[in-house]
Amino acid sequence: MASTTATAHADTHREAHHPPHLQHHFVSSEQQFDAAKMGMWLFLITEILLFSGMFVAYTVYRVWHPEVFVRSAELLDWRLGGLNTLVLLASSFTVALGIHYIQNGDRKGLVVNLILTLLFAATFMVVKYFEYTGKFAHGIFPGEHFHPHEGYEQYNIPYAPQFFSIYFVMTGIHGFHVLVGMGIFVWITLRALKGHFSSEYYTPVELSGLYWHLVDIIWIFLFPLLYLI
Amino acid sequence: MSNIATPATATGSVHHGAGHNYLNHAKSLKSWLLTLDHKRIGLMYLVTVSLAFLAGGILALLVRAELIAPGQTIMDAQTYNQIFSLHGIIMVFAFIIPSIPAVMGNFALPMHLGAKDVAFPRLNLASYYIYVLGIAIALAAMLVGNVDTGWTFYTPYSKSVGDSVLLLTFGVFVAGFSSILTGLNFIVTVHKMRAPGLTWNRLPLFVWSIYATSIVQVLATPVIGITMLLLFLERLMGIGIFDPALGGDPVLFQHFFWFYSHPAVYIMILPAFGVISELMATFSRRPVMGYKFVALSSVAIAFLGFLVWGHHMFVSGQSAVSSIIFSLLTYLIGIPTGIKVINWVGTMYKGSVWLRTPMLYALAFLFLFSIGGFTGIMLGVLAVDVHLHDTYFVVAHFHYVMMGGTVIAALGGLHYWWPKMTGKMYNETLGRIGVGLIFVGFNLTFFTQFILGSQGMPRRYYDYLPEFASLHALSTYGSWILAAGLFLVAAYLIASLFRGEKAPANPWGAATLEWTNATSPPDPHNFVRTPIVTRGPYDYHLARELFGNGAGDGDGAAPVPEVRDTTHQSS
Repeated sequence: MASTTATAHADTHREAHHPPHLQHHFVSSEQQFDAAKMGMWLFLITEILLFSGMFVAYTVYRVWHPEVFVRSAELLDWRLGGLNTLVLLASSFTVALGIHYIQNGDRKGLVVNLILTLLFAATFMVVKYFEYTGKFAHGIFPGEHFHPHEGYEQYNIPYAPQFFSIYFVMTGIHGFHVLVGMGIFVWITLRALKGHFSSEYYTPVELSGLYWHLVDIIWIFLFPLLYLI
Repeated sequence: MSNIATPATATGSVHHGAGHNYLNHAKSLKSWLLTLDHKRIGLMYLVTVSLAFLAGGILALLVRAELIAPGQTIMDAQTYNQIFSLHGIIMVFAFIIPSIPAVMGNFALPMHLGAKDVAFPRLNLASYYIYVLGIAIALAAMLVGNVDTGWTFYTPYSKSVGDSVLLLTFGVFVAGFSSILTGLNFIVTVHKMRAPGLTWNRLPLFVWSIYATSIVQVLATPVIGITMLLLFLERLMGIGIFDPALGGDPVLFQHFFWFYSHPAVYIMILPAFGVISELMATFSRRPVMGYKFVALSSVAIAFLGFLVWGHHMFVSGQSAVSSIIFSLLTYLIGIPTGIKVINWVGTMYKGSVWLRTPMLYALAFLFLFSIGGFTGIMLGVLAVDVHLHDTYFVVAHFHYVMMGGTVIAALGGLHYWWPKMTGKMYNETLGRIGVGLIFVGFNLTFFTQFILGSQGMPRRYYDYLPEFASLHALSTYGSWILAAGLFLVAAYLIASLFRGEKAPANPWGAATLEWTNATSPPDPHNFVRTPIVTRGPYDYHLARELFGNGAGDGDGAAPVPEVRDTTHQSS
């Protein structure tokens, strides 16, 4: 389509003004950053859609059996859920702070905040562990293995297994996302310690932050739906 | 080839000697398996989906051979159920969904945009390996297990049969990621990687259709992901979401499944529309009529595709109200589709139609896809569908759309881009014979099935009444002609790799960037210099490099011949 051509961007890897992080098929750092950011947002949309199937299942079963959902939710401890909500919100805040620091070129501030984020995420998973084991001890399992005992017998009502299936699958997939997020932050922290990031280039930090906010937001929906109403 | 102005020799890249291109700049196996070059990844996909197509095609021939006569012919009923299930699973998940987007999308889309590569080359390579891993898992499951659920895995049956459904759903789940990542990559590429001057209104229609497809891939595939995950957990732990024995709801599974799998049929057909638009413009020597309508109708189809999943479930027990609404919405899909067909026909009108092999595929597509589309409207009619549901009429309808549409367009696109991909010309005479065999064989195979279906022959049945025997036999004979045509195509294409004539940079005189500004085969970075776009994709009268050497200099090009010799010329 070019009736005229110009050397918009000569194709060599040896150009002096190429920063090391700039891949050869991009023209500028801005283009690379914009593309990466857009890609991440699209990925987050797919994540929301992955959870959407579960939200639909939740809605359908709740509309069919509202009383079962209200009754079964009594077994979930809103204090633990609330604690986890606060922990995740705090971790989102520290991620945002880390991004703010690296934008101003402060690598130390970034590393400190990443480590704080990791600690919060680990706290979340520890609380989750106590929640799950507490349920299992009373025979609260998803689906066909649902046999409440030791004082929970009165919760053995029809369709309660569906509630707990939805509970375990949703919080389980969410917990898996938290673990993945922790893995990503370990990697980002190591890279930050090696001095890979600067105010010029912090794309991976920003994108993992976006991912973490999504994990946070999904929990903010899960918590009231499962624990409170 | 003699009716084309003799091309100058390709100049190749300025940084390397003449003849340097993406195929020969590095030859080791590692340079292929770890390549980040979208063109090589496209070729790797081409090989893989071709193998999947071969496997699925052989299974199809086995199904037809079994049905040549009533009663048992070559296999028992249990085997038959497994064979048609495997045919469906392989053809849908391993072949047709990745076929055009992953092969031609990867190969041509960045060049259409004047880009050096897709936005995320490493992710692109990862998509390929995720796809291979997904089919490998699914294939292992199919070989060890006894899957006879059909490709739809309907619960509760899929919960009760062979254990390999576990692995199979996991394989589909993994392959879904490949689809998502490819779509994501293409969306970002279209948004961020366009060459200077390439506005949205100057995008080739192939890009528009791939863009619409990618939107569907990104928005629909996660839903099959969670569906397969839930089915997986249903098998593993009995979570009771879909299993009525545990208080679950099997219709919910159908809703989830078709919420992806109906948009998935648009993932299959939209890229085909794009290929056909390119072929129509190039071989009619005319801009596509109603460019904006064709472009935006792709997006409209993508959007409407999300609203019609319920038409697969007219007899599933969903409420009458939802059936009526879904029926109405299904009619709406006919509007943008009709716009496309009429614009293609309009493009040929007063064009200078040049009947080379790719154009013959495009014409075959028009004929077959129109039948497929019309029968789709018939099936969208609620009352008619209650009669035709799960009969051979449905089988014939979706084969007309998927094979008569997508596969024919894929073959057309393959012939069209073959010189660009390989730098070789195939044998034109054999190409035309191949189109003829495929067209005749296809119609014989599937048109008979419309008649069978309307007479009440149910799909997926192993045996049938004697009055259906003659039509079934005809259908089987047709499948042999079709197979002969497809094997012929494979044979001469492979032969052209070794003995084909060297292809000029722009054998068809097309006006999009990959033809006008790149050699055949292209440089590893596509273009020696980044193109500056100053015209639309089909402005032939402004493209001075149509029959030039493709090096992007745009001068010294031979003038476009006024009168084209459209008679048959063997290469």
